Amino acid sequence: MFAGKFLEKIKVKFSSWDKNAEKYRSKKSLPRFFTISGQDINELYTPLDIKGSSADDYFEKQINFPGEYPYTRGIHPTMYRTRMWTFRQFAGMATPEETNKRFKYILAQGGTGLSTAFDMPTLMGYDSDQPQSLGEVGKCGVAVDTLADMEIIFEGIDLGKVSVSMTINSPASIILAMFLAVAEKKGVALDKLRGTLQNDILKEYIAQKEFIYPPKPSIKLITDMMAYCLKNVPQWNTISISGYHIREAGSTAAQELAFTLADGFCYIEAAIEAGLDIDEFAPRLSFFFNAHSDFFEEIAKYRAARRIYARHMKEKYKAKNQRSWLLRFHSQTAGCSLTAQQPENNIVRTAIQALSAVMGGTQSLHTNAMDETLALPSERAALIALRTQQVIAYETGVANTVDPLGGSYFVEALTDKMEKEAEEYFAEIEKRGGVLTCIEEGFFQTEIARAAYQFQKEVESKERVIVGVNDYTMENEKIDIPVLKIDKECERKQIAALQKIKAERNNGQVQVSLDKLKQVATDGGNTFEAILECSREYATLGEMCDVLRSVWGEHVENPAAMQVS
Amino acid sequence: MEKKVRVLLAKPGLDGHDRGVKVIAAALRDAGMEVIYTGLRQTPQMIVDAAIQEDVDAIGVSILSGAHMTLFPAILAELKAKDATDIILFGGGIIPDDDKTELEKMGVAKIFTPGAPTEEAIKFLREAAGSRSPKE
Repeated sequence: MFAGKFLEKIKVKFSSWDKNAEKYRSKKSLPRFFTISGQDINELYTPLDIKGSSADDYFEKQINFPGEYPYTRGIHPTMYRTRMWTFRQFAGMATPEETNKRFKYILAQGGTGLSTAFDMPTLMGYDSDQPQSLGEVGKCGVAVDTLADMEIIFEGIDLGKVSVSMTINSPASIILAMFLAVAEKKGVALDKLRGTLQNDILKEYIAQKEFIYPPKPSIKLITDMMAYCLKNVPQWNTISISGYHIREAGSTAAQELAFTLADGFCYIEAAIEAGLDIDEFAPRLSFFFNAHSDFFEEIAKYRAARRIYARHMKEKYKAKNQRSWLLRFHSQTAGCSLTAQQPENNIVRTAIQALSAVMGGTQSLHTNAMDETLALPSERAALIALRTQQVIAYETGVANTVDPLGGSYFVEALTDKMEKEAEEYFAEIEKRGGVLTCIEEGFFQTEIARAAYQFQKEVESKERVIVGVNDYTMENEKIDIPVLKIDKECERKQIAALQKIKAERNNGQVQVSLDKLKQVATDGGNTFEAILECSREYATLGEMCDVLRSVWGEHVENPAAMQVS
Repeated sequence: MEKKVRVLLAKPGLDGHDRGVKVIAAALRDAGMEVIYTGLRQTPQMIVDAAIQEDVDAIGVSILSGAHMTLFPAILAELKAKDATDIILFGGGIIPDDDKTELEKMGVAKIFTPGAPTEEAIKFLREAAGSRSPKE
């Protein structure tokens, strides 16, 4: 991109600029110039910081055009000019009825996709009436016990038109089976369904810790479901390989990038081993990243992610279908960056974070509500969050051109650095025996905990300013925004509804289907169709998970993974 | 020499978000306290039994799932049942102000909410453990 002679000239010019700048360096506006991940940033970036840029094929190899390998500038040639990213707001609370109401509200306000949040018992594979669920029903998402709940959640929503994402992992196959059963009942052909299942168990062991079974059977559950969807639900994104939770747990941007891609490659290897064809399943894989506050670091992260993924898919895994090389991703603004103090400031944080995801070429976006450090979003807060995306899309002009920061000396240098750091982590993970061994031995968990503690220390020493928390604080601040409360009656209502279903369903058939599931799981057959059959019979999520627990056992975190730092 | 403050940390309920509890564990440890982190999905009974067994001054629990109004009272009840109300119970998480007031009324010694510096927890524990009179 830059001829050697040109770079020589710049070098000379740089040293004279540097000499002049020295006069100003005795004063500093900030104690340290570093990213939110702790990376020091240069005062200035020039062509000299872009390694290898004098090579003839530099541009083609490293940057190239959008929609062309290695996709640094985006997966699509015309990006948002052709298709705006999906405004996909994550929602779910209390009963299926209330969640259905919120979904309809979001769609009525211009949301273009749905994303379902489930409560803790559902995420952990318990029914609302099990003792483990006491006090948790409907609290941080919607409660789902049987197909009947899923029917209510999607009542009046055209599943042939609206794409639906579901944030669930250990019981992901069960929730998808229920969703497919709803579609069958509504008469929507399965090949018309579009949506995404999070279904990323590896990051649960690493970061969010909502696991049920040990890793090996958990991965089997995933490859079974992938095999079913390839044949029957071809437009469905079977896994959303997630860095979001890794980042929320305290990782740096580079760790989020590296650990997430390492997880992705682990699924790819498992699917190949299960006999699936990479060029059939890979186009259905998608990713999910955090959009944190360090604007340029985030943009570099997304650009690096696309390039690394394309290279590995093409060169290491030998995928031939170009669609297998594309890293498509959803993003969500950083919940962990929000403050309980002066919560309205969170609107500003979220807007800037969302802008970074858009500048980084996201396919779909969730913007957090200002009140999420206090409770689940109120309707008003959720609306402002959605409006934030609409303002970015239609008022700021960022959709006008593709990869507007491509070619920025800083962004390109940072993108290269991200890629290098990720590759170093891949080598380290491989040296330690691969992703599953690293999980078992607590490598990821300890790395993340260490980064989280480091960040906290920087905040407490005021090396880092968090507005409203350690600086610009307000004495006797009163929180005066409305806060959503989940009705205590919700748990009782949900249990009553579940008991009614249990009394009305054909319990003989339920037992037959559960026995079949147990048989298949024991024999190592494909579990998905058996789960689908259980779901159609209104077997509960807890019943199905109990069957699988009885066959596979439960995962318990190794004390090595609990090390604080 | 002053006796070291001993603290048991745990995550009750189904919630797996353990960033906060690990940060607190590291900060208390670096402040010279003895910290025992018992991990995820601990029942009130497991927590209280471990606290008695380990002879701790305080129990700290972290709850981000919204189940705090069920879990804190259950731990308090368990402490009462085991005649261990001298053990200080504190906690942190996504806990709205109204609930915080109610929990502190019930007998939770202190609730820390998002943004609270670890220094505050250290100071609180030093003072509370210092004025504590353990039952024999």
